[in-house]
Amino acid sequence: MTLRAFLIVVIPLLSFATIILFGRLSRLRGICDRIAIAAIAISFILSYGIYRQAMSAYDMGEPFLHLTAAPFEWLTFDHPEAAGQQVSWKIGFWVDSMTAMMLMVVTIVSLLVHIFSLGYMKGEENYNRFFAYLSLFSFSMLLLVLTDNLIILYCCWELVGISSFLLIGFYVNRESAAAAAKKAFVTNRVGDLGFAIGLFLIYSHFHTFSFREVFERIQAGEMSSLKLTITSLFLFCGAVGKSAQFPLHIWLPDAMEGPTPVSALIHAATMVAAGVYMVARLYPVFTPDSLLVVAYLGTFTALMAATIAVTQFDIKRVLAYSTLSQLGYMDGRPGGGAFTASMFHLTTHAFFKALLFLCSGSVILALHHEQDMRRMGGLWKKTPITFLAMLTGCLAISGIPFFSGFYSKDMILAGALEFGMRHPQHMLLFLALLVTAGLTAFYMFRLLFMTFTGTPRDPHAYAHAHESPRNVTIPLLLLAFLSISAGWEHLGLGGFFKERVIPWGKPPVSAHHAGTPNPLFDAAYAQEPPATEGSGASATLSEGNTSPTGHGEEHDDLAHTAHVLATTLSVIGSIIAICLSALFYWERFRVVDPARAAAMFGRFYDLSYNKYYVDEFYDRTLFRGLEVVRNFLARFDLRIIDGIVNGTASGTVKTSRGSGRFDLSVVDRLVNWLAEVIQGYGQRIRRIESGVIQNYVLKAGGAFGVMVVLWFVMKSLWGGA
Amino acid sequence: MFSLTFLTFGPIIGAALVCLLKDDETIRRAALIISLVVLFPGIAMVLDYNDSFARAQASLTAEQAASGVFVYEEKIPWIEAFNINYHMGVDGLSMPFVFLAVFLCPLCVLASWGIREKVKGYMALFLLLEGAMIGVFAALDLFLFFVFWELMLLPMYFLIGIWGGPRRVYAAIKFVLYTLFGSIFLFIAMLVLYAKTGSFSLLELPQLMGGIQMTWAVKLALFIGLYVAFAIKIPAFPFHTWLPDAHVEAPTAISVILAGILLKMGAYGLFRISYPIFPDAAAWFCTPMAVIGLINIVYGALCAMAQSDLKKLVAYSSISHMGYVMLGMAVYREESLQGAVFQMFNHGTITAMLFLLVGVIYDRAHHREIDGFGGLVKPMPVYGGITALAFFAALGLPGLSGFISETLVFLGAFQEQRLITCLSTSGILLGAAYMLWTYQRVFMGPVNEKYAALPEISLREICTLAPLAVFVIVLGIFPSLFLNAIDPTMEHVLASLQKGREAYQATLQVAGALVP
Repeated sequence: MTLRAFLIVVIPLLSFATIILFGRLSRLRGICDRIAIAAIAISFILSYGIYRQAMSAYDMGEPFLHLTAAPFEWLTFDHPEAAGQQVSWKIGFWVDSMTAMMLMVVTIVSLLVHIFSLGYMKGEENYNRFFAYLSLFSFSMLLLVLTDNLIILYCCWELVGISSFLLIGFYVNRESAAAAAKKAFVTNRVGDLGFAIGLFLIYSHFHTFSFREVFERIQAGEMSSLKLTITSLFLFCGAVGKSAQFPLHIWLPDAMEGPTPVSALIHAATMVAAGVYMVARLYPVFTPDSLLVVAYLGTFTALMAATIAVTQFDIKRVLAYSTLSQLGYMDGRPGGGAFTASMFHLTTHAFFKALLFLCSGSVILALHHEQDMRRMGGLWKKTPITFLAMLTGCLAISGIPFFSGFYSKDMILAGALEFGMRHPQHMLLFLALLVTAGLTAFYMFRLLFMTFTGTPRDPHAYAHAHESPRNVTIPLLLLAFLSISAGWEHLGLGGFFKERVIPWGKPPVSAHHAGTPNPLFDAAYAQEPPATEGSGASATLSEGNTSPTGHGEEHDDLAHTAHVLATTLSVIGSIIAICLSALFYWERFRVVDPARAAAMFGRFYDLSYNKYYVDEFYDRTLFRGLEVVRNFLARFDLRIIDGIVNGTASGTVKTSRGSGRFDLSVVDRLVNWLAEVIQGYGQRIRRIESGVIQNYVLKAGGAFGVMVVLWFVMKSLWGGA
Repeated sequence: MFSLTFLTFGPIIGAALVCLLKDDETIRRAALIISLVVLFPGIAMVLDYNDSFARAQASLTAEQAASGVFVYEEKIPWIEAFNINYHMGVDGLSMPFVFLAVFLCPLCVLASWGIREKVKGYMALFLLLEGAMIGVFAALDLFLFFVFWELMLLPMYFLIGIWGGPRRVYAAIKFVLYTLFGSIFLFIAMLVLYAKTGSFSLLELPQLMGGIQMTWAVKLALFIGLYVAFAIKIPAFPFHTWLPDAHVEAPTAISVILAGILLKMGAYGLFRISYPIFPDAAAWFCTPMAVIGLINIVYGALCAMAQSDLKKLVAYSSISHMGYVMLGMAVYREESLQGAVFQMFNHGTITAMLFLLVGVIYDRAHHREIDGFGGLVKPMPVYGGITALAFFAALGLPGLSGFISETLVFLGAFQEQRLITCLSTSGILLGAAYMLWTYQRVFMGPVNEKYAALPEISLREICTLAPLAVFVIVLGIFPSLFLNAIDPTMEHVLASLQKGREAYQATLQVAGALVP
């Protein structure tokens, strides 16, 4: 299993390396695209094997779980507290049903996007490099899903970010693409800082990165609830960045500058969902309190993004805000056990959102790179396959029964309602999610009607429009099929997804082997974080819908009521929203002119159309502030710090000049003066030099006598003492 | 074969040989050959290092090993009257930098192929510089260390002052005077230590210091003096302003050496001299050091962001990256100390790449204005790709070596200096911002018509970059290759530092209010 997991990850990496290093060789130049597709196809087949294994193990009631038995020791250090022990950074793979699920999502969407790109990217400059980047992304994303420790999770977190940077900036000579790429990476880094601090907190507390050890020790109560809450919120910052939740959501709409297949794969189906996956994977770290924060933030983002999507005209931007909104939805479900519904929605969303994006790509292709919906219309005749696929996607995301989105959305809404009924102060969450569901249906059908119905608003473009080639439409049809069936329980692909997803709420451990709890499994799947009943607010907040305590029946009743109510409300809401949308945007049924409606809402419309001016706000405050600070510091460095250095130097020079002048004018003059004085005396003394030898002898003798006397005097003075 | 003397004096003798040659092309080739002749024994030593170290460790008694385990030792009396020895040897702290020096020099000779004026002088001085640098890292005698330390300045002065840019004389003088200013303190400390202990040996001094009386104030004064000497080289805020000037004016290869090796000498000096000799003063200095590290990281990054000259930007990014080293050194954890040394090495390879890359574009466009380019990926895709790799490494992308060292520093530092570490993490955000912003402005966006026909990076230039790229990638994936080798030495450093901290805390209790 370890080998298989290893191959799943490494083969796309090899494809990336091959294309980047040798893609220019004439022998490889023509087949780079096929190398990449082959790589992801192999990964898909291997993943499918793992998935089947996970299925059958699950059916037998085994908590399927594979951990690399002998992980690779990346680095080791001495344990700072326990002498003689080692801190080891072990790297291995972690395969369970959630991993298998994610593997399927990533490889299927990735494979289909690869195939779609054959047609969509045909003839683009740097065509080969595009496939190299896709391979790099697949590698990072698959490793992110398969890893068994936090440090590699963090590494992959950044690596998917850099793949995203490369792919958003793929049209490298387009100014806006370059700016968007940078913005995406840097905004993500803001979130990653929080992630990193969470990582530091975990490491400095547990001295390990391994999920297993961390979970086990958290379950053993080695970290206080408050500290866990803080740690998990820091970790969640990473998810806020990656999943583009408020307030770091600004990068995702701009990321639409990348080629459309990239938007489908990275910015809709997989990478952005990594944040949701992370919360699910690190579930034991999250406390009920932090999950509540997650839920509120997610719900807020869901609602905010939906209100923006309603007024946008760029087809890809509508989808981008829709993605934001749906990601918020995934995070939005509060309470214990949230991740079942979130992961389910992640799965269905991956398919239908990839489908919607690829459809929009097909539309854009048909219209020769026109993205403004105001210039589309009536396309269903020209591009029937795309239209049908898009319709499927819209129905799925709107939560119409029998389409996949219905099941997953239903689960989230039911959960939220149940939570709201249990804790009425949090009912707002459900209401906001319900409104979001309605808005979603409204703006998706707005998109559909504006694009495919009515009279073409740009006759010229319409005349040249054409259905996309087969390698574009086949992925669409496959994804359309998955968008319908991904939620079904017993039909077709029923066992494929639904069975996998639903039972996460009811782990087989408690169902089949209640007597022999597997600590590891409980840690990873515990519906309720390790809080005892009645231990204050945390315990009451956890939902405990699988708790084996006596409240079970009453609880099931409540859950059932919530479920029925939520389903009814959301379906009715969606249908009303679709009808409303038709009244606005389907020309045949038009009752209200959207322009007049916009004028009616005036200020709100402006706010929504301009995305609540969040970008502008950041520009004026953060970026302007940063600019001021950096320019100030650069000047400070040059003028003050370097000024002191240069000042010291020039001061020294001046001092030395001054001392030079002093030397010349004072010291030297003094010397000269002294010389003159001496010379003057010399002239006088000269007279002593008579030239007569007797005089000399007399003087010398006299001098000698004086010296002898002096010597004796001195000797007697000092010598005696 | 494993002779540090050969590594040190090989290039110096080579410098003399080069002087005898006439033809420029021959001189270039001769210089390359000489640097390669030094490189191969260097590689052999690195490959052999772990075995030799294990043997050396096994052969020493516990008492001997207390002063550190060194390999490839050579010791002969030099000036016996003053107990000065010619003592060379390396451990896990110096081996990486000896290797970095011998490894970077051939690449720099290759990068200097475009030097057209006074080739003989340039190559001779360059080889002299190589010898002196290796000597600094290999010397185990303080006096010898000082000799090499000063010797290094001479060729550096001329290399910047003659072959540099328009303000070369200013930059060269600033560099030399600044370093000399620091050297004074090093010199004073050396003399005081000798007067007190009668020894210059870096192995003996730590032990001898335990046996002598020295007031806390004197200790602090000496420690701070040494710190200033080394901080100038690191360069630590506020002693860093010579660096941007020197880098901007120096020719490409000299910038590479400056960033790759000379900057390491500061932190190396702290590790090799200040920490073992004054471990208690070092413990006192921990928090200030961490704060200075933080300032370096954030301040350097912000200043980098404000630059319009590509080379100046890289220079300020150096300041920021060396801040991680200081932060790592300020915390007594295995992760952070190893991270600091690893960061020094990685900075050597990554920043060397950055300077080489700047040189490539400067040779073609004859300017370095960030905003003066645009869309360079189109005419120069390979160049754009390699630059992307180097920039990603500089911003700490996982999978590349810089990530590991930064993360290690943070992980270690967080265990003791929470707040400072949290603030420092903003450096990785700012790093990403200015690196990618620069990449965007130079390489992405619409093609600047003026440079639409720039020739692609040449094979020679790729040869200077590829070996560094290999290091960046391989050490990013298998950091244990590096970290396991330095591990025993770092454990020794850590143990002595922790002892110093205990001593410091004891002093605190005894001296009470006297201690600042």
